[in-house]
Formats: sequence, C-alpha cells, structure tokens
Amino acid sequence: MYPSRFGYESPKTIEEAIALLDAHAGEAKVLSGGQSLIPMIKLRFSAPEMLVDINGIEGLNYHRVDPDGSIHIGALCRHEELENCAIMEEHAPTIAAAAPLVSDPIVRTRGTFVGSVCHADPQGDWSATMTAMGGHIVAQGPKGTREISMKDFVIGPFQNTLAFNEIAIEAVIPAPKGVRVGSYLKLERRVGDFATASVAVSLEMNGETVVGAGIALASVGGRTIDASEAAQSLVGKKITPELIAEVAAAVAATAEPRTDHRGSSDYKRQIVKVFVSRILTGLANTSQKAA
Amino acid sequence: MALDEIKIGGLGASRRRVEDNRFIRGKGNYVDDIVLPGMLHMEILRSPVAHARIKSIDVSKAYDIPGVRLVLTGEMMAARNLAWMPTLSYDTQAVLATDKVRFQGQEVAAVIADDPYIAKDACEAIVVEYEQLPAIVNPMQAMSADAVIIRDDKENQPGNKVFDWEIGDKAATDKAFAEADVISKMELHYPRSHPSPMETCGSIADYDRATGKLTVYMTSQAPHIVRAAVAMVAELPEHMIRIVSPDLGGGFGNKVPIYPGYVVSILASILTERPVKWIEDKTGNLISTGFGRDVYLQGELALRKDGKMLGMRMKTISDHGAFYADAQPSKFKIGLMHSTFACYDIPTAHLESVGYYTNKAPGGVAYRCSFRVTEAMFFQERMVHAAANDLGMDQAEFRRMNLVQDDMFPYRTAFGFLTDSGQYGKCLDIGLKAIGYDGYKAEQLEARKRGKLIGIGISTMTEPLGAGNSREYDILGIKMFDSAELRVHMSGKAILRTGAMNQGQGHQTTWAQIVAHELGIPADDVTVEEGDTDTAPFGMGTYASRSTPVAGAAVAMVSRKIRAKARKIAAHLLEVSEEDIEWELGRFYVRSNKERGVTIQDCAMAAYSNMPDGMEPGLENNAYYDPPNLTWPFAAYFVKVEVDAETGVWDVLKVVAVDDCGVRINPMVVEGQIMGGLTEAYAMASMQYQTYDEEGNCIGANYMDYLLPTAWETPGFELHEVVTPCPHHPIGAKGVGECATVAGPAAFVNAVIDAVGHTGVRNIDMPMMPNRVYEALMTGKDISGMPPVKMGD
Amino acid sequence: MTSLYDEVQAAPAPGVATRRVTIKVNGDDRTVDVEPRLLLAHLLRQGLKLTGTHSGCDSSNCGACVILFDGRPIKSCTMLAVQADGHSLETVEGLATASELHPIQEGFKEEHGLHCGFCTPGMMLAAKALLDQNNDPTEDEIRWALSGNLCRCTGYQNIVKSVLWAAKKMRAESN
Repeated sequence: MYPSRFGYESPKTIEEAIALLDAHAGEAKVLSGGQSLIPMIKLRFSAPEMLVDINGIEGLNYHRVDPDGSIHIGALCRHEELENCAIMEEHAPTIAAAAPLVSDPIVRTRGTFVGSVCHADPQGDWSATMTAMGGHIVAQGPKGTREISMKDFVIGPFQNTLAFNEIAIEAVIPAPKGVRVGSYLKLERRVGDFATASVAVSLEMNGETVVGAGIALASVGGRTIDASEAAQSLVGKKITPELIAEVAAAVAATAEPRTDHRGSSDYKRQIVKVFVSRILTGLANTSQKAA
Repeated sequence: MALDEIKIGGLGASRRRVEDNRFIRGKGNYVDDIVLPGMLHMEILRSPVAHARIKSIDVSKAYDIPGVRLVLTGEMMAARNLAWMPTLSYDTQAVLATDKVRFQGQEVAAVIADDPYIAKDACEAIVVEYEQLPAIVNPMQAMSADAVIIRDDKENQPGNKVFDWEIGDKAATDKAFAEADVISKMELHYPRSHPSPMETCGSIADYDRATGKLTVYMTSQAPHIVRAAVAMVAELPEHMIRIVSPDLGGGFGNKVPIYPGYVVSILASILTERPVKWIEDKTGNLISTGFGRDVYLQGELALRKDGKMLGMRMKTISDHGAFYADAQPSKFKIGLMHSTFACYDIPTAHLESVGYYTNKAPGGVAYRCSFRVTEAMFFQERMVHAAANDLGMDQAEFRRMNLVQDDMFPYRTAFGFLTDSGQYGKCLDIGLKAIGYDGYKAEQLEARKRGKLIGIGISTMTEPLGAGNSREYDILGIKMFDSAELRVHMSGKAILRTGAMNQGQGHQTTWAQIVAHELGIPADDVTVEEGDTDTAPFGMGTYASRSTPVAGAAVAMVSRKIRAKARKIAAHLLEVSEEDIEWELGRFYVRSNKERGVTIQDCAMAAYSNMPDGMEPGLENNAYYDPPNLTWPFAAYFVKVEVDAETGVWDVLKVVAVDDCGVRINPMVVEGQIMGGLTEAYAMASMQYQTYDEEGNCIGANYMDYLLPTAWETPGFELHEVVTPCPHHPIGAKGVGECATVAGPAAFVNAVIDAVGHTGVRNIDMPMMPNRVYEALMTGKDISGMPPVKMGD
Repeated sequence: MTSLYDEVQAAPAPGVATRRVTIKVNGDDRTVDVEPRLLLAHLLRQGLKLTGTHSGCDSSNCGACVILFDGRPIKSCTMLAVQADGHSLETVEGLATASELHPIQEGFKEEHGLHCGFCTPGMMLAAKALLDQNNDPTEDEIRWALSGNLCRCTGYQNIVKSVLWAAKKMRAESN
C-alpha cells in the first residue's frame, strides 16, 4: 500500500532522462505508464532509489504505419490508443485483437505498449505479440540508439537486456512480406486476471498462401515462448485443417506451463492447442473469403 | 381522506434512497474519512508463515525511524492481559502473537506513527525469527493421529478438534435408510470464500484521558455487541465506551467479528494519549478476517423408488482456522446447518457435525451466510440434483413431489423448525416457464450432437431468517432481540433510531417506510439513525438477514405504540371517547362523522401544546422485539449455461430468480439485494475462492488471486416475485438480504453438472473454473477442490 | 505550504525531501509540497480532504480510487501525486455544480445503482469518461467500460441502467 522512500525527477528530454539513469548507476527506474511499476513499489517488491518520469518528454506518444508497412509505436503510446484503432485493425490485426484484452480499461489509459514489453512479464500480452510479429525495441543510451530483437530483449521473467542507462524509445514491427493477418486469444477467468494461457498468431499472406508465420505464447513458461519454429510448416502453403492440427500440436509442445491453481500443465497445453487451432481456422476462412 | 401510501413512501413504494444523496456526492462518512486532531496511524506486521514458533522479535530498528511513536508486541499486550481475547464462540484468539503464529497473516506486532507510510517503514524494520512447524490446511490433516497440535495454548484441548455436535433422530433415520429403495450419496467441499466488501475493516480509537471515555469509530455491523465485548476485555465501564459505526462500505458478515486490530488500536490510544487510526489493507482483510464456508459434506438421501424422500443423513466437517471465532448463536455449533431440507417434506433426518482447527484464518460464519444456511442449502440442492439423476427423474418433478405443499403449513421439519408459510409450487412453476424448461431436454440432446453442451440447473429452498427468539438464540449470552426508538416532533416530523447497523441495505430509506405505513407520516419526514451506541437503543446488529424480521418489526411495534397514544390525543382533540375513533392512513376520524378528523401531525402538535388531562406530554416511545419465530422466505433459481467442451469455459445464457420474501417494503431495494446476492453466487460458482498450498500459503489474499467478477462477466438477471406474507411479522415481511447468496450457487453448479453429466460426472467442487470443468469432461470423474493445491510440476 | 498526510504543516519534516506541485482539482489550482512516494489518492483524501475518492485494494485491481486525469479515467492509487503536476483532475466532488447534480449522479439515484456507496465515485467517473466519448452506448459497451471497477453489492445490472438513464438525459440536454 505504501511505497518506501525514493527520489523523483521529471526530465523534459530523452537526453536528460538518460543522464539521470547514468548518474544513478542502476538504482534508478524509468516511470512511464506506471501500471506495473507502481503496484510493485507499493507492495515493496521493488524499491528503487530514484524514479525517472518520462511522461513529460514530448514526441514519444505516437503510433503509425510507415509507407513500407512497418509499424512504429512510441514509448508513451498508451494501450487504449491501440484499441478500436483503424490503423492497427488494417495493418496489425494481432495488435488490434490483443489491445482490448490488456489488463482492464482503466489501466489501458495510462499503461504503455513499450513499457509493458520492457516489464518482461511472462504473462505479458505485448511481449507475445511483438515476438509473434518479429518486432524489435529501439533503445537509446548515452552513445546513441540500437535495435534489440525480442529474442535478445527478454532473457528471463521481468529481465530485459537494456543497460541501466538506456531507455526503450520505440517498438518497431518490420515491414511484412505479404498482407498481415492474425489474432490473439487469452484465457482469463475475468477481465484483469492473470491469463491461464495466451496465444498470439501473426501470418503474412500472399493471397491464400502463407509467406511468413509467427506464433508466440504468454503465461505458459518463465518467459514469452517463441513458437514460430513450430509454425514454419505453414510457410509456402495454404492453411488446411490438416496443417492446422499439425501446427496446433507442435506449438502446444513448445509450451512450458506450470501446474497451479489455474490448471495443470496439461490443461494449459490443451488451451494453447485449441487457441492456435481456432485462430488459424478463423484466418483460413477469412483468407478464403478474401480470395 | 386516507393518504396514498405509495405517494408518502409507505410499504411497496420504490422510494429512492435517502443515503444516496451523500454517496453520489462523495460525501459518505466511512471510517477512513474521519480525521481527529492529533491522530496517529497504525500498521500491523503480519506473519509470513502459517505455523511457527516465535523465537524472537526485535523492534529496536523500528524506533530509529522518525515519526514512530509506539511499537506493540504480544509480550507488551500480555503484560496487560490483552495478548488473548475471547471470541464470539467462547474460544480465545491471539491479539498479537506471543508463543506461536498459527496462520499466515496473523498479527504479530503493531507500529503507531505519524502517518501510515512511516508506520509501514517501521514494520519492515522489525525483525522476527520464526521456527517453522508443519502446516495443516484441511480438516483431514487436522484429524490425523500424528497431526501437530495447533492450539497447544489451550488446556484440555483434544487434538485439533473444536467440537462435535449432532441433531435429529438417528434411530428413525437409520431405519428409513434400511428400508429405502434407493440411496443417493453426495460428497463435496464448499470452498473457503471471503466476503471481501470493498471497504476493509478499520477503527479509530480515541481514549480521552480527561473524561475517561473511550470512543471507537469502527467498521462494525453490531456496535452494541462490540461495546459489551470491549467492556469485558478492556475492563472499562460500559457507559464510558462509545462505539460508532459511521457509513460502512459493505459488510456481508465480514464486519461482525471483533478483530485484533481494533483491540490493539484501543490500547495504542490509551498508551499514546492520542487518537489512533488503523485501516486494514486489502491483503490484511483477505488473509486474516472472517471468511465464509470451508465445510465438507457427506450427504445421503433415502428414497422410495417413486421419488419420495424417506430420510436424510448428513455429516459435515468444518474448517474453522486457527481460532474458533464463528459469529453465530451460541447454542448451535454449526450455526443453522440443521435448517437444511426445510422446504421438503421428509419424515426423519440426522445431522452430525464436527469442526477442526487448521493453520488458516479464523472464522467460518460470514459472507451472507445466514449462519451456515448457505452451506445447508447448497448441500441440500446438490444432493437433490444428484438424487433426481440417480432415480432417473426430472429435476423439477422430483422437487415438486417432495416440496412442502401449501396446505401443509405450519410445518414441523425433521429437525424441529416450524416453517409457517409459502407457495413453493407456484414459485417453481413461474421459474420453469421463464427459463424455458419445456422442451429444453430435446434442445440439450440436439446441441450436444453439434458439440455444444447446454445445461439447466434448479435450486429451491426456504431458509430461516430473523434470528431469533430468546428461548433458543443468544450470542455470548445476550439474547437476539432488536429495537427501535421513535420520537415525533411537534410538527409531526420524526426521528427513528434502531439497534441495527446497515452496510448498504438502505435502512435510512426503508425503516422510514415502515413508519409511513403505520403512522401516515411521510417517509421524507422521518430521519433514521443507526450505529452510535450512545444514542441508538440496544440491538444485536445487522447480519444473517435479521434486520427486517427483527429490527423492522420493532419499528412497526414502536410506531403502533405511538399511534395508540396519538389515538388518545385525537379523542381529546375531537372531544369524543376513544371507542368512537377510527384510523385511516395519516388520520384519526370520528366513526359516525368521517369528515371530522385530525391528522397525525395535529396529534403531534397537541402532544406538546394541548395534552389531555393527566397525560404525559411528548410523543415518543421505544420497542424491543423478541421475534416469536424465525421467518421463512422461499427462493427458486434457474440457471441455463453453455459449456465449451474444448476448454471447459462456460457461459451463462440466462438466470431466472423467483423470490417470495413476504411483503416487500421497497421493491427496488429488494431487487437490488437479490441481484447482489446472485452475483456473489455466480462469483463463488465460477472464480472466487481461497485455497492453500502445502506450506499453508494463502492463495487468494489479494485481488489478483481472489477474483471478484466484473460487470463484463456478471450475467443479467430476470427477477420474479411471489408474496406470501409472514403470519407472525407485524408487516408480513420475511427479509431477503442473503437469499440469493444462499440459494444461488447450487443453481449454477447444477446447471454445469447438467451440461456435462452425460460423462458420468456427479460433482465439480466450486469454483468451477474452466480447467476443472475440462478435467471432468475428459475423465468423467468428480473433481475435488480440497486444499492443498498443487503448485509446480 | 506543505501537505504531509493528514495535517497541513508550516514546513516539511526535517530530512524529508519534498517537491512542490500545482494541480488543478475540480477547476481549482492547488499548490502543495509532497513527498515523491505519496500516492495521488492519498493527496486527494488526506491533503486536500476530498474523501469521495476511496481506497479499496492494494493491488490496483478494484477501481474504487478512479478519478479523471485530463479527462481520462485513471486509478489514483497507481499514480504518484508528483506526476499530477500541471495536470487537471476531476473527482466525484466536481461532478455536481452548486445547484445541480450531474446526470450520472441522478441516474445512479434514480436506478438504484449503489448500495454501500464505496465503489460509486470511481464507477460514476469511469461512466462519465465513457459518456464523454460515446453518448449512446450499448449495454455491452457500458459493461466493458466499467470492467475495471469492482462492485460487491449491486450485481452491476442497476449500474448499467443508471448509465443508460444518464446517457439518455445527456443526449436530450445536448439537443
């Protein structure tokens, strides 16, 4: 309920923010949406010496699709801006499907997409989405910017590879090879619950043929599970019921769930299998209709 | 001219609520809103482990933090004889732990500081050394021969057993079972659930050394009981203790017990000579305060092959946590569990009940339970559902043939209760029609072919409300009457005070409606107050749906006393004798000349300015009501669900509720109570429970794990009404606050079991989370939710 | 001017670093010195004596603390008071004018949208945020928008009716 004491700064530029992180040598944390960080400091699971609030920095709240089809989401883009968003519905349907399922509607007005990815929660909807879509984080530090792929960005539960003096300023989904289709399913017992299992599917289509496939899972392992390998059998083919069954089983096998009061590990794998199957079946039907 | 009762806000008026005026403006007065000059803040340090000896407590670093005024430990409490306190069930409970901690979250120390942030900092600086002991998380572990003894603080404590109790005719019941054609059995666990009102518990204790008076603002559903208990424990004289329950943000039974935090805050105020505020956080509330349920059922029904119930046997095993702190009438160790099957005509029954200590939070009687009636009726309707299936009979017809018929009242149940009124069959018919019961079996079969699993569940029950008559009911020896005091001012406006204490039920609105009904004084002209022991007449508080039956009756009775005096005044004003006076709503008139009359307001004025010779001036009175019997509302609930066979997720398609709670004071308020209760039923059936792992860690001690449904998951409700007035209640009302929480859960469970029962499954313990439903479908086996829960592979 | 929890004091306590912030609350600028760790909900309730915003949980799940921050609903227990510097807040106390209730407040009373009243301020403000963006919501849209606000008493059905009542009145008033 009551955080321990910390210092607070509200820089007006990214450079100022980075300088503050640098000066506090690992004892400072970035505050953006705060919907994950503040609950943790209230319960005293986290006790940073200094919070660097980036909400006052101009130019970080954007989300756009570039002419090449790449998607750019700025550090201060709030979850709710991606919900009921025409750009996302057209160019990033996986994001559009996941957006309403992130936490609850009040959290979505403050929490940020990029902040959520940085938080590296194994339950994280956006980490799974970014992984399925092959995205990367753009980090800025004292020496400039660098790109970090999702694979290299999260190395464990709540552990990302940002240096102590780096800030994630943007999330990028690269230009697709074809038309992006996809969806996101999450089994939660109620709005805002920890998920029992979540599946993000992002395909790139050339007509009815799959030219790129990405699948990622949340809540069924110590970190986001990249199951894209198991989806590669789709590439170059049309989505058939046989392929769906094969991919669903293969993806379920990549899950590493833990038995807990939400269900046994077998049950969670079953949910993964069913969700992959349902999403792919839906996408197959839509692509047939579109063709 | 008689007044229009609805227009003046009498019985049957859906009068808009008086309390809303402040709540919608954010001007409620909850305990945490109150600030007293010089007030300090208290935080409690809780045990992280479930069962351990305390080897040492070092508070020295806490005092190093600026702003810390006092740190209290069990040892300091013990020096003042306050380390242990009596519970409402004649056991003792630790206030601050001394020798051992006995459940995760138990109170170990308290810090009093300038603000709660500092108090929390100081709590973190206290170092406690624990030596862990094995944790017991269910009664089966508790009863085993080599189980560690939890209550080694008590002399003559037999293992971990709390009590043994039985009721009913065992011989006759055994005989009925011997002669039965079919015996239907059911075993299940009603899991631990927590009332979790939105507002947690808290107190502001203010001991005024100058006057010697202790004032405690606190979250209590029964302030007078608290005053009596504090007088006992703190050895302060009763007239120097004032307990004030201001606005309460929900209660549901959670705010009946007396918690260690209250007692510590009182001592802290005495020692610091300043007001001390303690507001629990949500984790503290969930992990340590009065929960509901956690009872195991072994039930059997003896049946004739045509479906007639011949006898019922029930054994319950209850989990009381570390201290026996149930808030229930003292004569009944397992509350009113023996009201089970009261709506059915069964010649004989026997109930055996045993309770155990475990390393979990103390309690068991809470959460809108009407004193364990939630368990009684859940067990009943789950047994009835299974029995109908075992017989191959339709659920509705099996109930109909066994329900007490209208012409059988008054009806003495096998356990000795006297039910007095109802139209059970009519309620059943209304609900069956509304849920679309006709032809649904065919729909179910057809849908199953398409891979869709549909089910309908029924739950019917009558429950005992309004505890209770002084012959049988008491808490700590105090009889369970209730009270009302009414003073009519000279202009005919009035102030009413009762011994009840609502937490959202709308007494400020509804009690005035009873006065309007009895006296014709418009409800808007009646101020209603509750909760301050200095001004309110003695009452046993609001829980177990007892207020309308008992306090409401007292309101009617005191109004009638006022009317009787006003009649004499009217006769004096009209210059006739009292025998010539007639009453219509709001007015006395001369029988032979109806035009000649005086209003109640005229009488009020006269009570101050024109009294008859020899009559005491003023127009006020009080009434203490000892209810002659319990009241018996009836409920019939119907739920239709659809289960997704691939995931176990189930959706509610429709909920129909038929309630007969007698005369409804305020229909809008009654319907609100039913919908709130149905939501709690849905919550328990689908997602809400507390469980424990092998080490006694509580899962369900915060809102991430303890799930309350939101507006999104919660279904809509279709409500129907039948009115069978209560024959003994002054206004024919029966009470309704808990009915839906009592009868609701079984309707949801029966619906899901109906949807998946073709696999052979007879039971899935609540909450029926998707993984449990899926497992049932896959295995065809019953699913138990008994703790400990397995964590990790 | 310093506000440290309950009582406004003349100077900050020794050794405690504070920050001066100016926040517009219900239209009035308020300037206070606060510790960075002070939660916004506590500044409102204790420092500014606006106790209509409630504290209902410790895990940011219940919504009893919801207020409007630059017009959008936020959980005031999950924001630091210092973060509100330069921003505009609306609490339940700002809903009514001197002479009139807001239609949402009227709707909650008219349709029995509250019992104990504890969740009500947060619920009404979340509903207001919805109606400010969508003045003719469906029942599903209302339930979705309020799914971050827990209520233990009402069962939500009458809350939905209250919001529908308010929406109808607001549409009529804007015509």
